This record gives sequence, structure tokens and C-alpha cells, in this order.
Amino acid sequence: MLIKRGGGFKDNDVTPYDVYLNRRAFIVGAAATVLAPNLGEAAAPPAGQALAATPNPAYKLDDSPTPLKDVTSYNNFYEFGVNKEDPARLAGTLKTRPWTVKVEGLCAKPKAFDIDEILRMAPLEERIYSLRCVEAWSMVIPWIGFPLATLLKRAEPTSQARYVEFTTLLDPEQFPGQKKGLFNFASLEWPYSEGLRLDEALHPLTLLTVGLYGQVLPNQNGAPIRVVVPWKYGFKSAKSIVRIRLVDQEPKTAWNTTAPQEYGFYSNVNPTVDHPRWSQATERRIGEFRRRKTLMFNGYQDQVASLYAGMDLRKLY
Amino acid sequence: MSRRSRVLLKIAVWAVCLAPFVVLLYRAATHDLSANPISFVTNWLGDWTLRLLLASLAMTPLRILFGLSWPIALRRLLGLFAFSYAWLHLSVWLVLDHFFDWREMGADIAKRPYVTVGMSALVLMIPLAATSTAAAIRKLGGRNWQRLHRLAYAIGVCGVLHYLWLAKKANPAPYYYAAILALLLAIRAWDWGRRRVSRLRTAGVPSTARATVRSLSGQGRRQEEGRS
Repeated sequence: MLIKRGGGFKDNDVTPYDVYLNRRAFIVGAAATVLAPNLGEAAAPPAGQALAATPNPAYKLDDSPTPLKDVTSYNNFYEFGVNKEDPARLAGTLKTRPWTVKVEGLCAKPKAFDIDEILRMAPLEERIYSLRCVEAWSMVIPWIGFPLATLLKRAEPTSQARYVEFTTLLDPEQFPGQKKGLFNFASLEWPYSEGLRLDEALHPLTLLTVGLYGQVLPNQNGAPIRVVVPWKYGFKSAKSIVRIRLVDQEPKTAWNTTAPQEYGFYSNVNPTVDHPRWSQATERRIGEFRRRKTLMFNGYQDQVASLYAGMDLRKLY
Repeated sequence: MSRRSRVLLKIAVWAVCLAPFVVLLYRAATHDLSANPISFVTNWLGDWTLRLLLASLAMTPLRILFGLSWPIALRRLLGLFAFSYAWLHLSVWLVLDHFFDWREMGADIAKRPYVTVGMSALVLMIPLAATSTAAAIRKLGGRNWQRLHRLAYAIGVCGVLHYLWLAKKANPAPYYYAAILALLLAIRAWDWGRRRVSRLRTAGVPSTARATVRSLSGQGRRQEEGRS
């Protein structure tokens, strides 16, 4: 069993790997032989394929995980549109193979990693984290991945590197939300960018994520590769990453650029610092009726509070 | 427009106004309210409040632009439906979202501008709904009634501000509502200016005659209100 408590998922929620191979890969492979001259690019989208991972007992929660259906149908992923149901509806246009993640900037060994190389880089762990959205709702999700630190250390950051900048894929053909709307309206400045301080990025909780619920990351959840930073509001966890850059200055981030007074660089989950327009004291856990109290650093205070010792979190929100 | 087609038109508008509520009930029954049903229902009711509010505010501009009289007969119906959806919207916030946590809601009304303007819009709708009957129009007199019901503009502005201030900047929807409201108000302003100019053109006419013209036109409007 992958999940300690709660409903977990049924057999039919996950396509077994052999069924996948026998069915889709074969059909698509055969079709590709006939139709596509470039076999490598015609590989089937792997989202939904089973992905083995070892549960890490150090990272689990007493709360039962949010049902897979909710995790994959209620998403903020503005690259697909501003409505929660847009990503699940439109995510089919995203092509997750071939996919390269460039690690560059202030490091001794910059490199462009193929996604499959990253998947083999370290043992995949399953970690059950709580995800707190800045909109005051939350989920519990069994993610699959390994610490971002593993990848960053391979690049050997130099002593000047103090921040890490993440960049999401820019391609309006794959991400319809990146197209200009009526009157040239752009929801955000594309490509989406996010950032962490280097010590935050190297923190063992920061997970480089390639799957959830025992399967390859669905497109609407940020396939093929994203980060999950569980003590920060959800938008800090960049999705569909194509570039990770080590820098010496605090990088510009998408939401901070759009509304600096509402979304700070740190954006740590903090029930005592309200969003200018709504309270952050409580949240609605998806699937629950009553609001619950929001916990400092989303419940990860013991692990991360020391990162912010001496900082005024009201000012550096 | 014949009496028969007027009745048919009203039936159609009733159906259109009730449809969102019926669809919502259907989606509730089929567990199709997204992973966050309370938020979904709140937004759904809020969206339809605003749409019906703008629809009611669009009726007079339709008359101004196309000289149609039938839209005026629909104003009250659309306005009352907007009022109903607004109350459902508030009830969900009160009961489902905050579960009668009066302190938190009180703080929200005072501290959050978007809640303040939303609540203002709702409160301002009460006197309009209360005076929506033909008897109330007679009692108030057409002039006073009309003056009171100009509050509809303020309600429209408050409603759109409520949406603008609560939505994230990246969401274009509230700007569309704001643009439509601005257009509707601009048409009225243009009409008002046009009538004022034509009134001034009668400057050569003795002032008593001007007053007569004004009162006659006032009467004409009053009769029209009475019919609706």
C-alpha cells in the first residue's frame, strides 16, 4: 500500500504499467511508425502511467489524502486558464516529452537535463504534504519525487549563488492561457517565474516532484516536473519547469510582479498576516464543510521556522 | 407589442432567470459542484446576480437606442431576480461559508472593501424591491419613485466593484462586467445630455411653455412606469 490511512485509490484509478505498455504504447508506437517520421517525439504522453515510489515515513500526515479526482480537477494553473476547471479540461495540449530542464547560472556544472535522466537521478519517494492555496483552501496530496537539493548539488552552486529562479515553459500553443485575451489582456507576465532563497531550495522539505498518487504527474498538476514547497502558499511551487537558475539577487516572481502588495517574495503560510483582501487565519480543506484554522508555516514550523529567525514576517510576507 | 406577446416575453424571461437556479440544483444533485462546492455555489450565485443586475440596467438603454418600449416592462422582473440571487449569494456566505461566525463576518464587512461594497449593494436593493409594486409607485408618485430607483446605478457600481476588488488581477472577467456597466451608464449620460440640449434649444419659448413641456414629459414617463 502506498497510503497509510484514508481511502487511498482503487485499482482502476491507476493504469497498471503492463496494461499501459501493451495498449497505449503499442498502438501509439504503431501509429507513429506509419504517421510520424520522428519516432522519438511521437512517444505517448506518460501522464497517468503508474510510477513506483517508496513511501517516506518521515513525511506523512494524520489527515487522509484529498481524493485524486479533486486533486486533478480543481487546479490553479493559469497557463491553461484562470478558472479552476480549465487545467483539467485543456491540459491535453501540453507535450511532456521530449522535455529538458536547464540548470544554469552561478554554478560550476551547468547542464541541460533530460526529464528521463532526472527521473533516474535518485530514488523516488512518496511524501504526503498539505498544500495551502493563498485563496484559503487546502488539500492533502501524496507527491512523488526527491529533494530538489539532489539536483541542485549536482550543478555545484558557487558561493555567490543566493537564490534560485524557476521558469515555466513558454508556449501559447501548449498553454492556451498564455495567449492574449480580449483587448490584449494577459493574466500574468509569461513565462511564469518563481523563486526561493538558496537555503529554502536546499531544505529537505522542498521536493522536486514528478508524480502524485502513485502515478506520473498529470498535466494539470504541473507535468512533467515541478517543485513542491509545502510551507509556502501554492503559487510558490512552480510547475512545468524548463529552467532552474542560480542567481545572486532576489529573482522577480510572477505574482509579485502582478500585485506586489498582495504577494510577497516569501509568501510563507502565515495565519497572522492577512492577504490585503481576505483573512488567512482559516482555510477550507477540500472535502470538509467547516473551515479549519491555518497553521503557521502550514504545519511545518518545527522544520522551517529557523530559516526565518530574526526576520519580520509582517514586512517580509 | 401585443398583450399576448408581452405575456410570452415575460414567461421567457422568467424561464431564463430561473434556469441558473435549476441548473445549480441539478449540479448539486449530480455532485457536480467541483472539489470546493461552497466556493462554487457562492461564485455561481454572485455571477448571476451581477448578470441579472446588468440586464435590468440594460433595459432603459435599449429603449434609448432603439426606441423600444417592451424592455421597460422587464426591468422590474430582472431587478427582482437579481435581488433574489443576491440574497441567496449572501445566505451561502453566511450559512455555508462562515457558519454564522458573526464576529469574523463583522470584521470582514468592516475591514474588506469588497465585502463592504457588496453588502452596500445588497442593502441598497432592499428599498427598490420594497417599492417595486404598482401601488408603491402610486403612493410615492412617479417622480419620487424614479428618483429612488436611480439607486440602481449605485447598486450596479457597487456590484461591479465588489467583483473587481475580490478577484485576482489576472482574472479578466470583472473587467468585462465593468466595461458593460460603463457602456450602459454612458448611453444614459449621452441621452441625458441630448435631452438637455434639446430642452435648451427651446430657450426662445417662454418659460411657462417650457415648464409645460417638462411636466408633460414627466407625466409621460410616469404613465410608462405605471404600465410596467
